[in-house]
Amino acid sequence: MLLLKDIHTFYGNIEAVKGIDLHVDKGEIVCLIGSNGAGKSTALMTISGILKPKNGGILFEGEEIHKLPPHQIVSRGISQVPEGRRIFPRLTVMENLEMGAYSVNSYQLSVVRKHPPLIPPLTRVDTGGVTTQLEKVFELFSVLKERRNQLGGTLSGGEQQMLAIGRALMSNPKLLLLDEPSLGLAPIFVIKIFKTIRELNSEGLTILLVEQNAKAALRLANRGYVMESGKVIKEGKGAELPHDADIKKAYLGE
Amino acid sequence: MFFQQIINGLTVGGVYALIALGYTMVYGILELINFAHGEIYMLGAYLGIIFLGIFTAMGLTQYSLFLSLLLTFIFSVTFCSAYGFTIEKLAYKPLRKAPRLSPLISAIGVSIFLQNYVMLTQGATDKVFPHIMETTKIEFFNATMTALQVFIIVTSLLLMSLLHLYVMKTKTGKAMRAVAQDKVMASLLGINIDRIISVTFIIGSGLAAVAGLMVAMYYGLVNYYIGYIAGIKAFAAAVLGGIGSIPGAILGGFVLGIIESMGAGYLSSEYKDAYAFVILIIILLIKPRGLLGKSAKDS
Repeated sequence: MLLLKDIHTFYGNIEAVKGIDLHVDKGEIVCLIGSNGAGKSTALMTISGILKPKNGGILFEGEEIHKLPPHQIVSRGISQVPEGRRIFPRLTVMENLEMGAYSVNSYQLSVVRKHPPLIPPLTRVDTGGVTTQLEKVFELFSVLKERRNQLGGTLSGGEQQMLAIGRALMSNPKLLLLDEPSLGLAPIFVIKIFKTIRELNSEGLTILLVEQNAKAALRLANRGYVMESGKVIKEGKGAELPHDADIKKAYLGE
Repeated sequence: MFFQQIINGLTVGGVYALIALGYTMVYGILELINFAHGEIYMLGAYLGIIFLGIFTAMGLTQYSLFLSLLLTFIFSVTFCSAYGFTIEKLAYKPLRKAPRLSPLISAIGVSIFLQNYVMLTQGATDKVFPHIMETTKIEFFNATMTALQVFIIVTSLLLMSLLHLYVMKTKTGKAMRAVAQDKVMASLLGINIDRIISVTFIIGSGLAAVAGLMVAMYYGLVNYYIGYIAGIKAFAAAVLGGIGSIPGAILGGFVLGIIESMGAGYLSSEYKDAYAFVILIIILLIKPRGLLGKSAKDS
């Protein structure tokens, strides 16, 4: 489904990704582990088109996407939850979710509208299934429904992570890129987030996961890649990597 | 006297606010002070004279003043929006990744270019805006309000309300706020940043065109350098209210207009232009981010 061939990406003058090859097949959970500064986030930003690779190519469902602008990559079906969640603090929860559906054709969310719209022509018919997607997100994270009129910036860290994932799901992606979804969260939210990832995957969503929490991530993943200073140094099945002696020492703290 | 100055202040304040909105919207999204924005206002005034002249020559003004004015507004706004759109594409977009000083200098260059362009094509002397609106006066509390003043205040308030609705309720408006808060995240969600920036310039320039036209009608005289002082004052209004904030620009515009009129009425009109800046300095000393500016905490 996704194929990276010899990707080199510069972050300013620094070559953060030095020629990585990786692939993600349909229906998989693939995780990318490695220490801070290994180039994992840079790799995700390159897939999403925020950073442009200097060399190499990216294929998504057979189509070259590394020259497309980010908004066109989203409309191809790749959605990213970046590191640090990046909730729009001064938009409401609902507006954050609506922005997640920006790439979907004309829509207007009407689920929780109390009053009829002020200006009728602004209300368009939902042709892209956004309302269904919104209900799905609310089902997944019911707290978002309760807090839909609150500003994004007022949510707790765990709630913001749920909003970030919910927002990325609004475009109904085929491939979800998750960057450190468990970072800085209370254990109860970490469990919830990992459970959600598994649930989404079982419904057919393909996931590329970047995680510090290597143990939990590998338990979840079909396959894993280990990155170190911009290169992939190891790859293997999710069940096998934790037993690799080097990996144990370097990333699992055993 | 007091009410008279309030009315005068609201009139010019509405105009300042309309121009200030363009500054604040562009700053909110690009963190660029668009120094060429005052020139768009000046172009709006000139285009108003030109189009009204054409419609008068065609006999439309004599047939229906309302229709002629409406078309003049529509044409001036369209042309100025096209100017704003083009300026962004030619002078700012290629410098998107350059150091922040570069687009600023480019903006000053555009401003000088437009002033000289208008001076060369329209002449360096004052142009007269035909006196077309009847001087119907409304009297109350010893103050008089002309029909033109009512028109300016009502139009400004109407446009501000429409802008507010647009930014709060529409998909593009919400995307504008999202882009202002986090451009990378907005791109990751599929928002076309370039398109949002273009829309911002189109709206801001349209508002400046309306302001220019209304000022031309109000004072009756136009020349190629009116954009400079109006631009500086509207920029001051945007800073006063908190640059990047839309309600801030509106509040700043009205506060500035009223202070200016009060100063001119009670102290001396010689120093009219200075009062606004004195107040700006005082307010910024007390509230460095402006009246409605975001505090350092949430930005």
